[in-house]
Amino acid sequence: MNAGHHRIAIVGAGPGGLSAAAHAARLGVDHVLLEASAAHAHTIQRYQKGKHVMAEPPVLPLRADLPFEAGTRETVLERWRAGLDATGANVRYGAQVTAIAKDGAAFRLSLRDGGSVTADHVVFAIGMQGNLRQLEVPGADLPCVQYQLDDPDEYRGEVIVVVGAGDAAIENAVALAANNEVAIVNRIDEFARVKDGNLKLILKSIESGRIGCWYRSGVAAVERAEAGAARPYVLVLNTAEGEARIACDRIIARIGAIPPRRFVESCGIAFPSADPMALPALSGRYESSVPGLYVIGALGGYPLIKQAMNQGYEVVEYILGRDLRPADHPLFEEKFAKLRFGLTVDDTLALIQERIPLYREVNPLQFREFMLGSAVHRPEAGAVIFRRNDYTDSFFTIVDGTVEIEIGEENPYRLKLGPGQFFGEMSLLSGRRRSATAYASAGCVLVESPRREVLKLINSIEAVRHHIDRHFVIRAIQTAFAPNASDEELEAVAARARVNDWKPGTVIFAEGDEADTLHLIRSGSVAVSRNIGGREIVTSYVAAGNYVGEMGLMGRTRRAATVRANVATETVSLSAADFDALLARNPELRQKVQALVRKRLAENARISAQPQTGDIVSFLMQQGLGEATDVLLIDESLCIGCDNCEKACAGTHDGTSRLDREAGPTYARLHVPTSCRHCEDPHCMTDCPPDAIRRAPNGEVYIRDNCIGCGNCERNCPYGVIQMAAAEKSGPKKAVKCDMCKDLSGGPACVRACPTGAAIRVGPESLMDLVARVER
Amino acid sequence: MQESLLAYRRMRYLWAAGALAAAAILAYALHRPPEPPNGGTWLGYTLGGIAAALVLLLGAFSIRKRAYASTLGSVRGWLSAHVYLGLALLVVMTLHAGFQFGWNVHTLAYALACVVVASGIVGVWFYLRYPEQMSRNRAGETREQMLAELADLDRLCAKQAAALGGEFPDVIVSARDRAALGGSAWAILAGRDRSRVVLPGAHGGGHAQPNAGQSRLVDWLGHELAGSTDGERTRLIHELMALVNTRRGLLERLRRDAQIRGWLDAWLYVHVPATCALLAALAAHVLVVFLYW
Repeated sequence: MNAGHHRIAIVGAGPGGLSAAAHAARLGVDHVLLEASAAHAHTIQRYQKGKHVMAEPPVLPLRADLPFEAGTRETVLERWRAGLDATGANVRYGAQVTAIAKDGAAFRLSLRDGGSVTADHVVFAIGMQGNLRQLEVPGADLPCVQYQLDDPDEYRGEVIVVVGAGDAAIENAVALAANNEVAIVNRIDEFARVKDGNLKLILKSIESGRIGCWYRSGVAAVERAEAGAARPYVLVLNTAEGEARIACDRIIARIGAIPPRRFVESCGIAFPSADPMALPALSGRYESSVPGLYVIGALGGYPLIKQAMNQGYEVVEYILGRDLRPADHPLFEEKFAKLRFGLTVDDTLALIQERIPLYREVNPLQFREFMLGSAVHRPEAGAVIFRRNDYTDSFFTIVDGTVEIEIGEENPYRLKLGPGQFFGEMSLLSGRRRSATAYASAGCVLVESPRREVLKLINSIEAVRHHIDRHFVIRAIQTAFAPNASDEELEAVAARARVNDWKPGTVIFAEGDEADTLHLIRSGSVAVSRNIGGREIVTSYVAAGNYVGEMGLMGRTRRAATVRANVATETVSLSAADFDALLARNPELRQKVQALVRKRLAENARISAQPQTGDIVSFLMQQGLGEATDVLLIDESLCIGCDNCEKACAGTHDGTSRLDREAGPTYARLHVPTSCRHCEDPHCMTDCPPDAIRRAPNGEVYIRDNCIGCGNCERNCPYGVIQMAAAEKSGPKKAVKCDMCKDLSGGPACVRACPTGAAIRVGPESLMDLVARVER
Repeated sequence: MQESLLAYRRMRYLWAAGALAAAAILAYALHRPPEPPNGGTWLGYTLGGIAAALVLLLGAFSIRKRAYASTLGSVRGWLSAHVYLGLALLVVMTLHAGFQFGWNVHTLAYALACVVVASGIVGVWFYLRYPEQMSRNRAGETREQMLAELADLDRLCAKQAAALGGEFPDVIVSARDRAALGGSAWAILAGRDRSRVVLPGAHGGGHAQPNAGQSRLVDWLGHELAGSTDGERTRLIHELMALVNTRRGLLERLRRDAQIRGWLDAWLYVHVPATCALLAALAAHVLVVFLYW
């Protein structure tokens, strides 16, 4: 055997390759790790300075001989370097493989410098980053176009356009926006397939105007600006409204990567289709169509660092002919044990995916990941799965048996769902309390998936989004108007209903408009206002789960009021004809809607007589009650200023009060102290690297102990209710906020400690009652 | 708009306390002891026991108030009960004493209890009366915000005075430095304004003069305004006058705020020490009674 021969040659020193080399070294297996660049983990080396590297998915255990946990880019890289040194792995930097060919029983890997290496087995761990997709438009070769961003602090005061809508594009745009004027160009009209944190981050930046966004726009050309222009270049875009020209200094294109397919194919590895995004066909042991050639990591369809590292470990085991189950296997075994299906983990997963049509189009790898984050249940017959008004927001699918959903309050109607159907999407999408109670029947087997996992699936698979959306609309119509109608009966109406997004403050319809639609509020809330004596006066507040616009439709008149979104709001709109059809099939409904119209008319009359009420509602909306689920208010006509509420809060929470009684605005004796509103869609949860902010079933938003003290939530909260505090004097500072005393049996200590009853907690349901009481 | 502590749960503790007092009165009226009614009859002992239990229960409020994690009712319910049962105590202990008073430790305990209940009644009255006034006086601002606003006004006044020149800067600085907020407890509670100002020679010869409500300063500015013949100067004085008036209102509000907060606290300085004395006297009373059985 010559000196250039190894048992295993690993191509690419990314997380997968590093892990494979480390494991081979530890086992004493003869190997070589060939890396084209001068350092390990090239992709991560090129991350932004100080970038937080996540260790997703959190439940998956790490199986590798190198350490890895979430942290800054620098720590992660340094720990790998030290780990690699400790194992004594054989690494050759600057060794770019240009060709791989069969040479007798072995493979010959030709290197760019003219040398070559032979090996019995080859592990491809070259990732996806190798071939960044480039702009293919006139002017793409101008010096202002770049495909990487090493240090965002290098640029100041420039106009920079980021092209792309993936995680890298978002992270670049947000980092650059601190010191530059930034716009982002997105081919479609939403940011799909990005991490939850990044999605919220970019939407918030766009909403607040920090970053401009060109939706449904493609790059047409890059040009030099005319002499004397303020910016040296012009980016020409094709938008839905026609051509747009943006004067700029720099263009950063982050439009993803193409799998280095040509190279992989030249080695003889087969792909299942001609689709440029297709992944190579692999066995369960990562072996490609060429025996002895293995593919791991992003190139094989596993884009997460931890997965790649686990595969690096596993592939070495497989090459040695050992039997090894994937790292998540024991988790699944434990999860599925209570199902008593008597099937293997793989068969159970296949069965679930087969039974539930919603998941059929999800690829098995992605489904496995999804299931890893989900729980399976086998509830007793008659057990309550969730109750109406619970604050839970997980999503359920039925694998076996049936579930009964009790819809409606006065004359509850039970809807029966069978295997393959799903429920719980109302709260999932609206963030509001459960709108119905779900009961299990005998032999029922359920999959419960957390909101985060389902949203990830919805965002990456169009079919799943479409399916859930349509169901949401059916269920929303059913709950509001037609409790005893079957899904099939409502299918046609649901197909014609539209889902609308409203930015905060936008008018959904205006007083005097022709009344042609009814809006069911799916998330957010709206303010209803009327023009009284030349002044716009808010007459009411309507929360998610209710509808607006019925008055005009019933009377076939013009709109009697203006309806405006308080916060980012989604509505499902029904046409007048469809609404009529619903009314026609259910005479009780007409009475119900008429009763609501009467109630709203009475409310309007009362408020017209007491315009101050409208001002109180407006005031409370300005204080964020439009998105609050539970907020502390103080009746100043009773508050003696004893601060017992603050003392009680501090006394039950490590000595730091999470509320500031005196701070905050007051209107008409109602004081809104600085204290958590427990928003429906909490701003604080937008960007929490360790995912430490959670929402409990009762609705309270609380911070878990794994807070890393980064302060993102403190910055993201528009109401200033999160502070950084240390539990012990010398301890690390962590984020603290109101947790509604979820660990105390008696409920919030602030309210219970108030001697005069001035401190009260109010939710969207009791808000208008409170406002009415203020008047008295 | 929320129910007050007196109205708590449809006044359930008023009914309870009323029932207790009524029962005590009824028993007292029907009771025919061989000797004049006193604490030594069986009814006397019963009423005494009830009264002592009431005192302990009322005192327990201060413990419950600080037991923040406690789930034993709400502090508001406790306070409502505290108020009504405190009134009932007055009835029960009077009947227990059988209207016999003297210069002894027994009557001392009775007198102290009366002081405690009376100060408590005053406290309830304050609690019902002042929050609304305090809220209105604050007009949605915190004390810190008012103080910041005051500092702002002081700066603006000084700037305006500097623009006017002459005696203005000295007068304005002296009005600022000698504006009194706070002071002795009595001054705060009385809401007395001990502000002073030093005006130039002709208006008081460089001595500090009382300036309650900034009235001396306003008078002086009025005098200057009347004597001004220069249009620009008149305009500047007018503006300064407006600033001083705003400042005057703000000082008034701050003083009123301190006064209200003061009264909301002050009664406790009688109520709490008297309670401590009552507990001591009560212990002595009980001890003495059982020693001289």
